[in-house]
Formats: sequence, C-alpha cells, structure tokens
Amino acid sequence: MSAETFRIGFVPLVDAALPILAHELGFAAAEGVRIELVRDVTWATVRDRLLYGHTDAAHLVAPLAIATALGRDRPAVALTVPFVLGLNGNAITFSTALGEACGLGESLGDPVVLGAALKEVAAQRLAAGRPLRFGVVHRYSSHNYMLRYWLAGVGIRPDADVAITVTSPTFAADALAAGEVDGICVGEPWNAIAVDRGVGRIALATAQIWRRGVEKVLALRSDTAAERPEALTALLRALHAAAEYFVRPDTAQDSAALLARPEYCDAPVEAILRAITDRIRVTPGSAPIAYPDFMFQYREAANFPWRSQAAWLYAQMVRWDGLRFSAADAATAQSVFRPDLYRAALAGSGAPLPNASSKLEGALDAPIGAGSTQGRLLLGQDRFFDGRAFDPDDIAGYLAQLP
Amino acid sequence: MRIAIIDTSTTRAAIISEGLRDAGLVDLVVIDPAGPLVAQVEASAPEVVLINLENPSRDLLEDFFAMSRALARPIAMFVDQSDAQTTMAAVDAGVSAYVVDGLAKQRIKPVLDLAIRRFQAFSRLQTELAEAKSALADRQTIDRAKAILMKRRGLDEPAAYALLRGHAMKSNRRIAEVAEAIVTSEALMGDLP
Repeated sequence: MSAETFRIGFVPLVDAALPILAHELGFAAAEGVRIELVRDVTWATVRDRLLYGHTDAAHLVAPLAIATALGRDRPAVALTVPFVLGLNGNAITFSTALGEACGLGESLGDPVVLGAALKEVAAQRLAAGRPLRFGVVHRYSSHNYMLRYWLAGVGIRPDADVAITVTSPTFAADALAAGEVDGICVGEPWNAIAVDRGVGRIALATAQIWRRGVEKVLALRSDTAAERPEALTALLRALHAAAEYFVRPDTAQDSAALLARPEYCDAPVEAILRAITDRIRVTPGSAPIAYPDFMFQYREAANFPWRSQAAWLYAQMVRWDGLRFSAADAATAQSVFRPDLYRAALAGSGAPLPNASSKLEGALDAPIGAGSTQGRLLLGQDRFFDGRAFDPDDIAGYLAQLP
Repeated sequence: MRIAIIDTSTTRAAIISEGLRDAGLVDLVVIDPAGPLVAQVEASAPEVVLINLENPSRDLLEDFFAMSRALARPIAMFVDQSDAQTTMAAVDAGVSAYVVDGLAKQRIKPVLDLAIRRFQAFSRLQTELAEAKSALADRQTIDRAKAILMKRRGLDEPAAYALLRGHAMKSNRRIAEVAEAIVTSEALMGDLP
C-alpha cells in the first residue's frame, strides 16, 4: 500500500459524505492522497477492520472511538480523532402507533411536551408488562447517549422504564415495521426511509436535544497517525475542502445523487437530499419541514475536534455504563480528540482555527464570536434541551447533578 | 465446550459445523439467522461464539455481550494479545470469536484456527464456483456467436471460431467479449437486412 492511500471504512449513512465526496470529486487527488472506501453495515466491523489493518481510517460513531481507546469490551487500542465528520443529523422516529399515543401532530415534537406524553405511555406499557423498546445503532453511539439524555431529562429511566436495544441503521426501519421496537434513534437517510415506507413518523431531531452534538468522527489508530503525518495533513485538507463544497446549496442535488449510489448509501436520492438540505418529512406524504440546524458539516468550525466533546461523551459513558468517574480515563478520552492535528493540517487554509481546545458545551444562547488563531470564528446557539451546560473541567460535578 | 455458530450463510455454517465435529467438538449450536438472535444465543448458553464479520447483527450481539458483564461468566471478544496473528488471521478470513470469561486460551485457539481454515476454504470454493459459472456462461456465449457467424457468413464451425479468435487477438479482447458483442448486436439488429 503506497503511503498516499487511505483506506477508509464507513457505514452507509449521509454523514459518511465527506470522505466519499473527497474521493469522488477530486478533493483528495488535489491534495495528493488517494481514498479507497470500504463499506460495512456494522460499527463492530468498521472498528475491527480499523484495528486489524484492513483500513487506515474510519467514519466512526464518536463514542466508539473513545470506548475503544478506553478498552471497553476489548483490550484498549490508542485511537486518534483529528477531524469531526459532522454534528447531529440524527432523528428519533416513533412507530405510527406510538406517535398517535403521544399525540404527535404534523410537525416535530417539543422535547419537553413530547417527553411528558411519552412518560405516561411508557408507564402504561411498563405496567402492562410490555415496556417500550427503542432501537439505537450502537451501544457506544451518540444516538444512544442523545436518546438517553432526553429520556432521563424528562423523567423516563432508560433500562428501567423503557428498554434500549441495538439495531443496525440499515435495518432500523425493518425493526420498526416488524414491531420489534417502538422507536428508533438513527442517522439519515434511515429515518426518512421509515417515514416514506409508512412505518413511522419523526418525533424529534437530535439537534433538538443538543443543538451542537458531536456525531461521526474520522478515527485512525494512533500509530498510523504518528507514522504518516504528512499524508494525514493532506487527507484533512481534502476533507475540509469536501465539507466546504458539501454545504453549498447549489451542490446538494449532486451530492445526494452521489451518496445514493449502490456502493454508498444505496438509498433514494430524494430522502438523502432532504437530510442534506435540512428538511424533514415528519409524517408519510406530508410536506418536508425546514429545520435549519438538522445536520452540521462545516460552519462554526464544526469539524474541529473539541476535547470538551470527548469529555462529554466520556461523562455519558460513565453515566450509562455505571462506571466510577476516573480522572485518568477522562484524560485518556479527551486525548483521543486531537485539535493540534486539525490546526496543524489547516494552518494556511481559509479555515477558522479556534484558540482554545476545549469549551463549555451547551452554554451559548445566541451566536458569539470566539477567539481564533486564524480566520473569524462564530459559534452558534449550542444548548441542551434542559438548559444544562457541561464544564469539561468538572465532569464529576456535572454527573452529580444529572437525573 | 459449547460453540454457537452465527452465520448469514447457512452453507458456510454447515461447513464449519462439520469441521468442528470432525475435530471432536460436537457440542454445537447453529443459530437460525431468521430467528431472534439474542434469545437463541442466550438460550444456548455457549462458551464460544463464532460469527461472520459481515453479519449485520454484530452490533446487537456485542451489546448483548456487554450487558453480560453483570453475569457470573461474561462474554467478550476473543483478542489474543500474546498471539495477535491469530486474531488478525481471523479478521482476514472474515470471522470473529467471542468467548466466556475464564475459558483457557489453549482451548480456544484450535477452534479459531479451524474456523479460519474453514472460512478460507469456503471463500476459495465460492471463487471457484464463480469462475466455473463464468466459464460456462462464456462457453455458451461463444457457441451462440459461432452459430450467428455460421448462419450469417455461411461458414463452418472451425472457420467461425477462427474468425472470432482472430478478431479477439487483433482487438486485444477476450474471445468471450467479442462473442458477447456479436450476440448483442444480433439481438438488436439481427432482423435488419
């Protein structure tokens, strides 16, 4: 394998867009790197191919990168995340029956109002001995943590009041159709497909739970990142160029057509286009609703790997795996995210480079200018639905005040 | 030692079972890919689980194993750190193994080695089968092209074949490709004078 090639593993999802576009549209070639894409339908296999050298990098759910570095479920392997492939872009889809039981109308729900309605339904189902079941794409996924954050925040105890199970994104609509689950929290286009098939309705976008939630990342084995710094720099510049292109309104149709191809998402162009253009069809046949921050691939330095994002994910891992907070593990988790590599790769480009490597998460009510060493950086509203903020320097304190 | 086999290919599952049985490992459970996965695995209480790498249920299975941490004998992915080659060979062959806590490594290694060999043998068989199928298809196309040439140009069979072969050599293509082109054009334009 030549030094300039990166084999990149991915799961067929809209947010695998950046490596796919970088490969297909020549952004990688322009930087002197070659990308080979390796498609798999489970995160376990994307991870295994990365760890055992079938791939050099991977499109990965962010918490799985941290779980792998911490040695959850298997011996620890040091991973490096130099680039975030996107924020949010997921949704919670209810079965038609659950949507009706919760009184959902023709629009997205309100997290608090819907939460109260869901709490009643969950209690009834629990009392009837048939607790509600939700499917998420992986135990270590932002989907799992977003869903749990919301449920716990509205007084529904995950694992006690409702069951949470795992379902592969490509099969999530099937699980909903078969009645195996009452709701799913997955990435696009799989919510759109569930709606278009008439088996569910979108209840919430995960951006309504956390307005700027970290989603997929580009992960490499740390030894690969250390051995190939120049090639990695070229790859990051290519991904950045792809991101800039991807968010241009005039490119959406072409990007959707590309991502829809059988070797990528193998899904209808229209469903993908809706996700890219931040439009959500909530119920079958209805007109899509515009939700401006549905998926976030470029603006506000969205690709910058904030160490505070890794810290938040670690906090959720402690919370839901029943771990004891460990300062050493928190440091390991945060060290997976490498803002230094991002800055080094994009120095001299047009990308705004934040001064800080960590920030208070969920503290902004309105857009604010932030310190940058290069370019002008504006950070937007990034609230959690319950108004709580996360201070990465006080994870233990944060955990203590969570429900 | 009870071994559960989870495979999207029932043929490969049978090939692996046979191999394990021949090696004296007879306590086998082949999980029905159409049935509920977790319930079947839970009911069979295996000590070793073999699953194909491309199985769409791997994330679900790992979630189930992660929850087994609370049990007396949790199940985890088998990663032999003293012999990374074995784990890597398994991934290369397309199989992944999970074992209960406390199972001695020397008991797992032969199972995994056997599974790796059987997975490799299955891939070889598939490749050979695909090649045989494509050779047969080529043969049929060439026969049809020859028949077209014989009819259209009034040639005998050796002459028709020589014409095909000569054209393939000149145009640096496979005989089957030239034959394919003739069959296609006959299908589209054969009725024209």
